[in-house]
Amino acid sequence: MDTYAVQAEALQKRYGEKHALDGFDLTVRKGTVHGLLGPNGAGKTTAVRALATLLKFDGGRALVAGTDVAKDPRGVRRRIGLAGQYAAVDEMLSGRQNLEMFGRLFHLGGRRARLRAAELLERFDLVEAAGKNAGDYSGGMRRRLDLAASMILAPEVLFLDEPTTGLDPRGRGEVWEAVRELVADGTTVLLTTQYLEEADKLASRITVIDQGRAIADDTPDGLKDCVGGDRVEVVAAEAADLPRIAEVVARVSLGEPAVDRTGLRVHAPVRERVAALTDVARTLQDEGIRVEDIGLRRPSLDDVFLRLTGHRTDAAEPVSGEAMVAA
Amino acid sequence: MSAGTVEAQGGTQGGTQVDLHVESGEQRRLYWAVADSWNVVRRTLTHYQRQPVMILWQLGFPIISVLLYAYVFGGAMEVPGSEDGATYRDFLMPGMFVMTMAFGLMNTATSVVHDATKGVIDRFRSMPMAPSAVVGGRAVTDLLVACAELTILALTALALGWRPDGEPLAMAGAFGLILLLRFCLIWAGVWLGLLVPNPEAAGGLYALIFPVTMISSIFVAPSSMPGWLGTAAAWNPISSTGAAARELFGYPVAGDGSWIQENAVLMAVVWPVVLTAVFLPLAVRRFQKLSR
Repeated sequence: MDTYAVQAEALQKRYGEKHALDGFDLTVRKGTVHGLLGPNGAGKTTAVRALATLLKFDGGRALVAGTDVAKDPRGVRRRIGLAGQYAAVDEMLSGRQNLEMFGRLFHLGGRRARLRAAELLERFDLVEAAGKNAGDYSGGMRRRLDLAASMILAPEVLFLDEPTTGLDPRGRGEVWEAVRELVADGTTVLLTTQYLEEADKLASRITVIDQGRAIADDTPDGLKDCVGGDRVEVVAAEAADLPRIAEVVARVSLGEPAVDRTGLRVHAPVRERVAALTDVARTLQDEGIRVEDIGLRRPSLDDVFLRLTGHRTDAAEPVSGEAMVAA
Repeated sequence: MSAGTVEAQGGTQGGTQVDLHVESGEQRRLYWAVADSWNVVRRTLTHYQRQPVMILWQLGFPIISVLLYAYVFGGAMEVPGSEDGATYRDFLMPGMFVMTMAFGLMNTATSVVHDATKGVIDRFRSMPMAPSAVVGGRAVTDLLVACAELTILALTALALGWRPDGEPLAMAGAFGLILLLRFCLIWAGVWLGLLVPNPEAAGGLYALIFPVTMISSIFVAPSSMPGWLGTAAAWNPISSTGAAARELFGYPVAGDGSWIQENAVLMAVVWPVVLTAVFLPLAVRRFQKLSR
């Protein structure tokens, strides 16, 4: 019990006929980032809202920071923070005023609320913008203020509901950096996201949710392994060549190749990786089909998703944030 | 494990210098309900402090309304109580007070829907503060704003020559009844604010509030309307408050002798109590429904 920050067993949440949560299980180890991944409507947000005491669930049991969510919601509220899609800051107050107001509402009292606000502004790199209206903040600054507000009582568990949705790559990088620092300080984070890249970068463990149920729970690498080893990927020069490329890849692949028309990509899992790659490359060259790129790659979480749920994530992949988070 | 994965390095929570031990609010419930409500009130008062233009808008509207009604329409209006030497201004002012309270419902609804859609209410609900403070703070704020609006309106009217002629206690009672009307409308506003999906839809409520305000006796006598409309106007709760205020300010309007007009002061208490009894539970239910 001491090793887990969140334990949910068989959570049920019904809206009429629809089962938003249908026996959802989750365990999150203390001091880790745990990704909760799923398409729109899979139940991610319902799960987070239920665990964060915003939503009463119909069945099952949940412990957050060792406290029973159904029996002692206020006790839970003292030990959690909530940020992202469903928590917000007051746009008409300055950053500092926001943190002081929330501090007082967290029962810190005026003096401690002021001190804590100053600490958090420093911590989340908002000192310069402290006096500006939160409504005038950039997307990344707003989310950082949002994070700061949820960290006022240094909660044991932080729920981050799609914390980077709608942010540009720079803002996304800023939020990721802030989350990493929090976890380094010992906070446990439950992160929902539609961005597979985000879960891959931040989370040490991932639960995949679909139709209100956890359908997989593993490390990012473990999930990738379950899709089956390496894949051959061909990026076509012209869309017209895609069907023929798919046929060529199909001759060596383990399953039907996936064709991504917008990215002009064809990819499929293969067993004899080098032989398969050479075969595909030679055939395409013989037939005079131009390709932009050809190679072997590890499966992405996107592939995992497709395999597990039979459909892709709804959101487009974000522009790669590789460059700016490397620093 | 992928490259950027983060694991705890152990250590203290955030290296804070501030003692973060707090009372959950489970003990001393009443104290925290009041303290939390006050902090919610402070939040809105800080809005005004940061955006003085907002005050100008909100308080400027009643002033402009008084000037418009007194000088644009005033000349064309028959004063239903003129036998006492009352001017249209005497007739108008209680109506202006009441109209401002009625339109205040829009402010309540707009603020609530704004907080609900922006996630501020969700943040409050995820915090250990008293749940009642979320709505309670709103109610106190709106009453404070209503007091400010009434003060500005009354001062403007006095400057224009309005001279109420009632007993001081009765006139205080008139303001009390006007605030009682605002009080019951707060709950209607909270309920509507939690009911409509977005701020744009809340703006559409004007189409509802405006005719309801006009089909009343606050600006003209119901006897001048077609029969059925006049009856509806006479039974409009805001008519009772308007008529009661006129009576208490010392310029009663001779009614048509119907029961509802003869018992304006009584009804100015009964209507708001009934409306509160309806809308307060509805608003609380709607608020609790957020967790369903």
